[in-house]
Amino acid sequence: MRPTPAVSVQEIGHEYGSRTALTDLTFDVAPGEFVALLGPNGCGKTTLFRILATLMRPTRGRASVLGADVGADPGAVRRRIGVTFQSPSVDGRLSVRENLMHHGHLYGLRGRELSARIEARLEGVQLRDRAGDRVDRLSGGMRRRVEIAKSLLHEPDVLLMDEPSTGLDPAARRSLADLLAGLRRERGLTCLMTTHLMDEAEGCDRVAILDRGRLVALDAPSALKACVGGEVVKVQAEDAGAVAARIREEFGLAPQETDRGLCIADPRGHALAARLAERFGDRIRSITVSRPSLEDVFLRLTGRRFEGSGDVGG
Amino acid sequence: MSDSAAGVLAAGSLARREVVRFLRQPGRIVGAVATPVLFWFLLGSGLGRSFNVEGVGKGGYLEYAFAGALAMVVLFTAIFSTITVIEDRREGFLQGVLASPAPRASVVAGKIVGATVLAVVQAGLLLILAPVTGVRVSVGGIVHALAVLTAMAGGLSGLGLVAAWRAESVQGYHAVMNLVMMPMWLLSGAVFPASGASGWMQAVMAVNPLTYGVAELRSALGASREALTAAGAPGAFASWVMMIVFAAVMIAAGERLASRRPGA
Repeated sequence: MRPTPAVSVQEIGHEYGSRTALTDLTFDVAPGEFVALLGPNGCGKTTLFRILATLMRPTRGRASVLGADVGADPGAVRRRIGVTFQSPSVDGRLSVRENLMHHGHLYGLRGRELSARIEARLEGVQLRDRAGDRVDRLSGGMRRRVEIAKSLLHEPDVLLMDEPSTGLDPAARRSLADLLAGLRRERGLTCLMTTHLMDEAEGCDRVAILDRGRLVALDAPSALKACVGGEVVKVQAEDAGAVAARIREEFGLAPQETDRGLCIADPRGHALAARLAERFGDRIRSITVSRPSLEDVFLRLTGRRFEGSGDVGG
Repeated sequence: MSDSAAGVLAAGSLARREVVRFLRQPGRIVGAVATPVLFWFLLGSGLGRSFNVEGVGKGGYLEYAFAGALAMVVLFTAIFSTITVIEDRREGFLQGVLASPAPRASVVAGKIVGATVLAVVQAGLLLILAPVTGVRVSVGGIVHALAVLTAMAGGLSGLGLVAAWRAESVQGYHAVMNLVMMPMWLLSGAVFPASGASGWMQAVMAVNPLTYGVAELRSALGASREALTAAGAPGAFASWVMMIVFAAVMIAAGERLASRRPGA
């Protein structure tokens, strides 16, 4: 028998009035697994996130966390999850320590045990020396770290993170990744995060790609990249449309036109790049060859460029 | 920890947060204390000399208006304290609370207890000022008055919470609540007694929950039962029943509202 999934999403659909946010979403996250939900703004990842955090009921379908249904038994779900919200849920008028203290009380923690956990979590996000400061006097990145410390305080089994790295500098991002990896080793933490950062998604076991409310792929980053092909050639030309037509005709390839040039996946990309450069010469502004990234996977699967940004997603 | 102990811990923590946040906003403290003192002074000394209001008792209008000023502190503080629900929702704090296992009843109780404490403490400050201005209150009267203020504040903060839970913006809430609060205060016996009012006004005063709190406050501040009856104020039993029923209904409505909607 398979173990109970940490997160299970079964045929979830959601509409806001006439606008469809999610369509027939089905996937599982295994205990101890790290899964990234990757998608542009408006792809539905925040909607899914709010459903899993028990803040919203989907129009259709079921979701459960460690076997507890988010609709029927939200209390059981809430006890097991930690939530890092994209828009901060910390109180700016309270100090860092006060925020964590109130949060602990909501989870039934108190006294010495709570104090010890607060100190440990503050250590984990390198905020011990700022514990007495009011949150609204901290920088955006520090506030984000308070949010993260808060979501880990009650030692959740499943961590839901909505764009956890927003506002974090590269060093803080790395230390967050280390912190999460440590919790996974020690306690088998499961993590489902939404992100628009490719390197953050690369660090996860599996990546779910959402596009306009649909799950278009769910696999390990390496497997996703393998489906694109060996190498990716990107061509920027003055008259991209005409060049694309010639490539189709003369090379029998299917370049994808994007707002930043033509994309061609090819097992022997560097050789192709040389031939293209020779054939089109000065019509080409630049030509690059690279290993496929998750961005290329997204383009391949959706036919559109991935426009990642830190803005509020759908 | 048992479920009920966890619920009390969560509610207590949220109530404490309300008080801490209030104390960190000096503007709120000044507004909450200065407004009623000003109203009382202007009404009491201005109106009292201009009009001869019937049924105000032998203490004069300044003394009559004192209970009204106390009622105003409780009304304004209790109701406007619940604005924090809208702020919490907008600033994101509420989503964290709603995603936690703390029962919805604790979330509602935390808000109401917090708002009630703030309202009663501020009205209590005004009560301390009473002797300075010639209003004589006995120790028993102070205890009586604090009990009345607590019952009033509980109901009014429940009312505020129910209105604020759905409100989209602080501005909208302010506009709507002013529309409710000013008539509620004016037609509670705070400014003029029911005895001199017209028939329809007396009817409105009879269904205004604040009327019962004001009557009991006046009794706590030393008004005799005869004087109260002469002024058209309700009796002690009716007043307590109405205050408690109003508070129970409002708190229950707040709890229901919070439990029904899963969204933040």
